[in-house]
Amino acid sequence: MGEQRISTPLGENEVKALRSGDRVFISGEIYTARDMAHKRLVEMLDSGQDIPLDLKGSIVYYVGPTPAPPGRVIGSAGPTTAGRMDPYTPRILAQGVRGLIGKGRRSPEVKEALVRYGAVYLAAMGGAGALLSRHITGARAVLFEDLGPEAVYLLQVKEFPVVVVNDIYGNDLYEDGVLQYRLDDRSNFLIF
Amino acid sequence: MREVPVQRITEEVARLSQEANCDLPEGVEKALREAAEREESPVGREVLRSLAENALIARQDRMPICQDTGFSVVFVEVGQDVHLVGGNVYDAVNEGVRQGYREGFLRKSILDHPWQGKNTGDNTPAIVHLDIVPGDRVRLRFMPKGGGSENKSRLAMLRPADGLEGARRFVIETVEKAGPDACPPFIVGVGIGGTFDKVAFLAKKALLRPIGTFNSRPEVAEFERELLVAVNRLGLGPEGLGGRTTALWVAVEVSPRHIASFPVAVNIQCHAARVKEAVI
Repeated sequence: MGEQRISTPLGENEVKALRSGDRVFISGEIYTARDMAHKRLVEMLDSGQDIPLDLKGSIVYYVGPTPAPPGRVIGSAGPTTAGRMDPYTPRILAQGVRGLIGKGRRSPEVKEALVRYGAVYLAAMGGAGALLSRHITGARAVLFEDLGPEAVYLLQVKEFPVVVVNDIYGNDLYEDGVLQYRLDDRSNFLIF
Repeated sequence: MREVPVQRITEEVARLSQEANCDLPEGVEKALREAAEREESPVGREVLRSLAENALIARQDRMPICQDTGFSVVFVEVGQDVHLVGGNVYDAVNEGVRQGYREGFLRKSILDHPWQGKNTGDNTPAIVHLDIVPGDRVRLRFMPKGGGSENKSRLAMLRPADGLEGARRFVIETVEKAGPDACPPFIVGVGIGGTFDKVAFLAKKALLRPIGTFNSRPEVAEFERELLVAVNRLGLGPEGLGGRTTALWVAVEVSPRHIASFPVAVNIQCHAARVKEAVI
């Protein structure tokens, strides 16, 4: 498990070098999108429209920050549960997105799409919104501004810390990491 | 009869909502640091230390610990010798939430209708649990409850034959299913007994108990110890990335039950176990 520094946009080779379990520090620009924004993006694709964002090689962060207090560019800004975006994610990945940041397990369909499109799923530290906010140096709403905290923002980030959960080789840290420390067989408690 | 203007409740709720969201209880922060010492997983250790650092930053910068500043759950205990004057107590609590969430730059996360909903814009209405108790004081406890961990909470109406062993399995299974989505390490609130509605409330109330405090009944405290060991054998670890620290604490509350029922509820709480209290 290594430590890597990457900058956006991500190319194929950079994504290939990322392995499940690696700690990664991201600098550059990343988009935000959560439930409502995903729904609208997929609706745009369904109706044959182009998404007015530069998604090739981009990273999408699932976050709904608190309002920026005076003198700050953003409020508390930790990841939200990624699984809620699963129904939309393969369509978003097909647009050339190379990285997703969130927390929590992904569906088999998403894991398969990550391998197919050559993208990685990265976990940011859930519940560490104040600390992560310090790694965000700029924020600007770029789409669906009417959604408030759910709008799509373009964030400037500096050494934003994440861990690779799903790499393009099909590895899943949520499965492998836990197996290393599990002391009981699941059959001991899974009865309901 | 002691008169208490409801305006006092508004003021305290406005203050507590901001304090709760930016100032992690000392006991939780201490538990995170102690867990970091014990944790075997290197990634887990780093996560635990970062979560403790996050608490420090939140307090220093007056920045919310987590961007999900929650549904405002407010426990109000009114002494029976108190006469509340100057308005409606529920309105007073909601006004406090409105002011606190605006002044504190907290996120507004409440939709006014489950499927036709638009954001109410001020995080109201609060969930208010009102209780009449002896005395002439008003006690307020403010708990901002985030969606991520609330979504992983579960309730089961077990058979009496399933008994305590059934409850044990249900708790462990719920923690395992919650996994990385609900931001471990958790504080696990468990209710056993009562009715369908009562047991959920017991599980929520268990989360009010300061971390490190066992139930006063020895047999329940024994079960709490057992559950904490058991969930930490799951291997989920901090943020579910693998490790020994899946839960920091398990709190169980019990109640008499019907001869035909064995209700169990598990309220999952992420590490941001935010509760603040005031007495008027």
